[in-house]
Amino acid sequence: MYLISFLIVFSLVAGVAIAMAPTVGVQARRIRFSVGALAVASVVLALLHASRGPEFYALSAWLTSVLDWLFIAGGLGLAALLLWFCRRIKPGEWYIPVLILAQTGLMLYAELVGEHPEVAHPFYVDSFSVLMALIIAIVGGLICVHAIRYMHDYHAHAAGQHEAGDVDASQQRPERSRSLFFGMLFLFLGAMFGIVFANNLLWLFFFWEVTTLCSFWLISYSRTDEAIRNGFRALGFNLIGGVSFAAAIVWLTHGPGLRTWELDQLVAGGSALALIPAVLIAVAGLSKAAQMPFSSWLLGAMVAPTPVSALLHSSTMVKAGVFILIKLSPVFHDTYAGLLLSLVGGLTFLVTSLVAVNQRNAKRVLAYSTIANLGLIVMCAGVGTAATMWAAILLILFHAVAKALLFLAVGTTEHLIGSRDIEDMEGLVYRRPRIAAMLLVGMLGMFLAPFGMLLGKYTCFQAFLSMEVMWGDGLMLAAILAFGSAPTLFFWSKWMGKLVAVPRRQQPSSAPIPRDEAIALFSLTALTYVACALFPLADTGFVMPYTQHLASLGLIAEPSFAMPWETILLMSVMLAGLFLMPLAFWLRPPKYSEVSGYLSGANVDGSASYRGAMGAERLVESRGYYLSGFIEEGKVVRVGLIGCGSLMLLMLMGALL
Amino acid sequence: MKPYAWSLGLAFIFLGPVVGALLAGIDRRLTARMQSRKGPPLLQPVYDVLKLFEKDTLVVTRLQTLYLWGFLFFMVISGVILFLGSDLLLSLFALTVSGIFLCLAAYATNSPYSNIGSSRELMLMMAYEPMLILVPLGFFLVTGSFRVSDIVAGSPWQVIQLLGILVGFLFMLTIKLRKSPFDLSYSHHGHQELVKGITTDLSGSDLAIVEIGHWYENTILLGWLYLFFAPWGPWIALPIVIVLFFAEVLVDNTNARLTWSSTLKASWLVTAAVGVTNLMLLPFIT
Repeated sequence: MYLISFLIVFSLVAGVAIAMAPTVGVQARRIRFSVGALAVASVVLALLHASRGPEFYALSAWLTSVLDWLFIAGGLGLAALLLWFCRRIKPGEWYIPVLILAQTGLMLYAELVGEHPEVAHPFYVDSFSVLMALIIAIVGGLICVHAIRYMHDYHAHAAGQHEAGDVDASQQRPERSRSLFFGMLFLFLGAMFGIVFANNLLWLFFFWEVTTLCSFWLISYSRTDEAIRNGFRALGFNLIGGVSFAAAIVWLTHGPGLRTWELDQLVAGGSALALIPAVLIAVAGLSKAAQMPFSSWLLGAMVAPTPVSALLHSSTMVKAGVFILIKLSPVFHDTYAGLLLSLVGGLTFLVTSLVAVNQRNAKRVLAYSTIANLGLIVMCAGVGTAATMWAAILLILFHAVAKALLFLAVGTTEHLIGSRDIEDMEGLVYRRPRIAAMLLVGMLGMFLAPFGMLLGKYTCFQAFLSMEVMWGDGLMLAAILAFGSAPTLFFWSKWMGKLVAVPRRQQPSSAPIPRDEAIALFSLTALTYVACALFPLADTGFVMPYTQHLASLGLIAEPSFAMPWETILLMSVMLAGLFLMPLAFWLRPPKYSEVSGYLSGANVDGSASYRGAMGAERLVESRGYYLSGFIEEGKVVRVGLIGCGSLMLLMLMGALL
Repeated sequence: MKPYAWSLGLAFIFLGPVVGALLAGIDRRLTARMQSRKGPPLLQPVYDVLKLFEKDTLVVTRLQTLYLWGFLFFMVISGVILFLGSDLLLSLFALTVSGIFLCLAAYATNSPYSNIGSSRELMLMMAYEPMLILVPLGFFLVTGSFRVSDIVAGSPWQVIQLLGILVGFLFMLTIKLRKSPFDLSYSHHGHQELVKGITTDLSGSDLAIVEIGHWYENTILLGWLYLFFAPWGPWIALPIVIVLFFAEVLVDNTNARLTWSSTLKASWLVTAAVGVTNLMLLPFIT
C-alpha cells in the first residue's frame, strides 16, 4: 500500500519539482534521480509481490471521503481545463466540448444523484499490475532519461543554434514549455500507476482522463497548426471512449443489474451480469489502444517529439487501453461480444500490417506496427481464456520493451543522420554500428523467433483453435493472424535489409551518441534480450499467479497448457546462437578479400557507378519495394475503418439488446 | 523423449545434406531427361559444392558471411526440431528466420541485382507464409497437437481430412523449391534469370553455404510432405512422397515465370480457397 501510494504521489511531486527546476542542469539531475527512485520502488514492489495472489487495500473512512471529494473536484477541474483548451478548436471540432460536457454530466449524475454503491477496497495490487508498474517505471523512466538530451537538442534547434552544449553544465533557465513538458511526462507516469492500481472505477476513470489530457498536451507540444489539430483529434477520439466509460459507470450506479464501483466485483460479475458495462468500457479501451476506427489519433501523434511517441506507443497510453481490456477479459469469454471484440482487433491487425508495407517514414512504420500489435493483444483479450491472457500479458511486456527501443533509436538516428526516411538509413550498420545494432535487436524482438513476440503468436494460434463460441470462430482469428503476420515479416525484413546494406559511398559522420540517450538505448537493448531469455521467470512470477487467481475464483478455466521444456531449450539454443555467432565472427573474422558488388558493366567508383554500354558512366540507384500499387493505403484503411466501426457497433448493440 | 528421437535429430544434422544433395542430383537428371539431354552424374551437386570450397571467396562486405552462418544455423535448427519429433510450428518459425538471414546476406551486398533478388525472395515469403502456417494448424485440429511425434502417430485418415491443406502445401512447395513458375528470386534455369538473383554477389565458400543450406531445406520440406502420409508407415508413405516431390520437377519444366504480383495474388487466393476452406469444413469430415 505504501509503495503504490509512493509510486503515484512521488511521480506527481517529482513532476512538480522538475517543472520548477531553476536551471537545465538541475532539471536533468532531478529527472535522473526521480527515474531512479521510481525504478527502485517498482522493483521492490515486484520482489514483494511476485508469485503472489492479489491484495486489496481498504482506507480509513475519513481518508476515503477526503479522497472521494478530491477526485470529484479533480474531475471537474480536469473538465474545466479541457474546456479552456477548447478555445482554440475549429468549427469542425465542435463535438469535443460537447463530449467533455456529456462525460462530466454523466459522472456527476453517477456520483451525486441518489444512492451509490460503497467501495470497500479502493486500491489493489496483483501480479499483472506489478508487471505493468515495472514496465511503466523502467521503460517509461528510460524514455524520460532519453528525453533529457533529446529535448535539449530540440530546443537548441528551435532557437536556431547549431550546437546544443552540455546538458549538465548548462546554467541556462529551462524554457517554460520544456519544464512543463517534463512535468507532464511524470504526471503521465503517475496517472498510469493510478490506472493499474485503482480498484475504485471512479478513481480509475479520473486517472484515465488525466492520461487523455497529458497525451493531448504532449502531442500539441510544438504548437504548429498540424500538431494542434492532431492533438485535438487525439483528444476527441479519447473522449468518445471517455463518454463510453462514464456511461458504464452510470450503468453500474443506477442500472438494473449489477451495482458496484469496484473493478474486481465487476470482473467477478461474469458475462451474465457484467457484459453491458464491460462492453462500454471496452469501447473506451479500444479508443485508448488506438484500434480502428479510432486508430488515426496515434498516427497523428507522430508530430510530437520522439520521446512522446515512444511513451505513447510503448509503456503508457495505448497500454492502458489493452490493460483494461485484459482485466475485463474473463467477462468476454465465450460471448458474441467477445468474439466481435476479437474481430475488431483482428481486422485492425490485418489492415495495419498491410498498410505498414507502404510506409517509407520510419516513424509511420513503427506507428502502424504498434496498432497492429495492439490489435493482436485485443484479439487475445476478446477470447478470454487463460492461454490468451497469458499471451496478451507477455505481448504487452515484449512489445513495450522492443517498441520503446525502436522509437528512441529512430529518434537518435534522426538526430545523427538528419532523416527518418528508411531509404536514408541505408548502410547504418557501417555508418553507425552501435545504433544500427540496437535497431536490429529491436526489430528482431518485434517479429522473429526466438524472441518474445513470437511466443505470443504461438500461444495465440493454440488458444484460438480451442475456442467454442460458434462454428469457425477461432479459425477465423487464426487465419487473420496467419495472413497478417506475412506482411509484418516483409516490412521489417526489408527495413533490416536497408540497415545492413553496405553503403555505396562513404558518408562520414562522427558525432557520438549523447550520453543520456546512450544509457536509455543500451538499457532497453539489454532488456529486450533479458526479457526474452528470462521469460519463464516473468511467466511464473507475474502471469501465472494472475491467471491462477482468476481460475481459483472460477472466472476462467484452469490454465491447462504449459510450454514443454524442450521447446524452451530449443528457443534458448536459438537465442544463444544469435548471440554467439556475432561473437565468433568478431573474434575470428573470415579473411576474404573484398570487392565491389556486381553491376552490369565495369565498376568505376566502387559500387556507386559503373561504365555501361556505349562507355557512359551510370550512377547506381536501387530502392526498396513499397508495393504502393499493390496495396492502396487509402482503400485498405477505409475498409478497415468501416469494418471495425460496424463490428464495434454490432458489439455494442448485441450487448445492449 | 526417447533416445530414438534424439538419434533422428542428430542424424538429420549429418544425413540431411546428403539426402538433399541426392534429391538435387535426381532433380537435375530428371530435368535433363525432360529436355532430352543426358544430364550430369547423380553426385554432380556434391562435386559442385566441393569445387566451390576450393575457389577464392570474394565478398562485397565481410558481414555477409555472418548472415549466411545465421541462415545455415537456423536451417539446421529447424530441421532438428522437425526430426526430433518436436513442435512443427516452432520448426516453421526457425525456417522463416533462416530465410530472412539469406535475404539479409543478399541485401548486405547492396548491388541492384542482389537487392531485387532479396526483395523478391521476401515477397515470395510473404506469399507462402500464411499457407505454411495453416499446415501445422490443420494438423493441430486433426491430432490436437503441434508435435511432430503425435502427428506421425495420428489417424490414417488425416490426409483425406487435410486434402485441401495438402494441395495448398504442394502449391507453396513449388515456391519453396524455387521452381517455375515461382522461381522469381533465384532460378536454376539460365534462360530466365536476372543475373543470378539472390546469389549474385555470393561466391566461393559463401555460395557453398547457400547450396548446403538448400540441401537441408529440401530434406526438411520432404519431411513436411511425409507428415501427411506418415500414419501409413514409411513403406507406403515414402514412395508417395517421392513421387509428389518430383512432380514438382514436371511443373518446373512446363511453366514460365510469373510476375511477383500474380504470384502473390495466386498464392493468397489458394491459401484462402483451399487451406482456410478445408479447415472450416473440418468439423464435417471426421
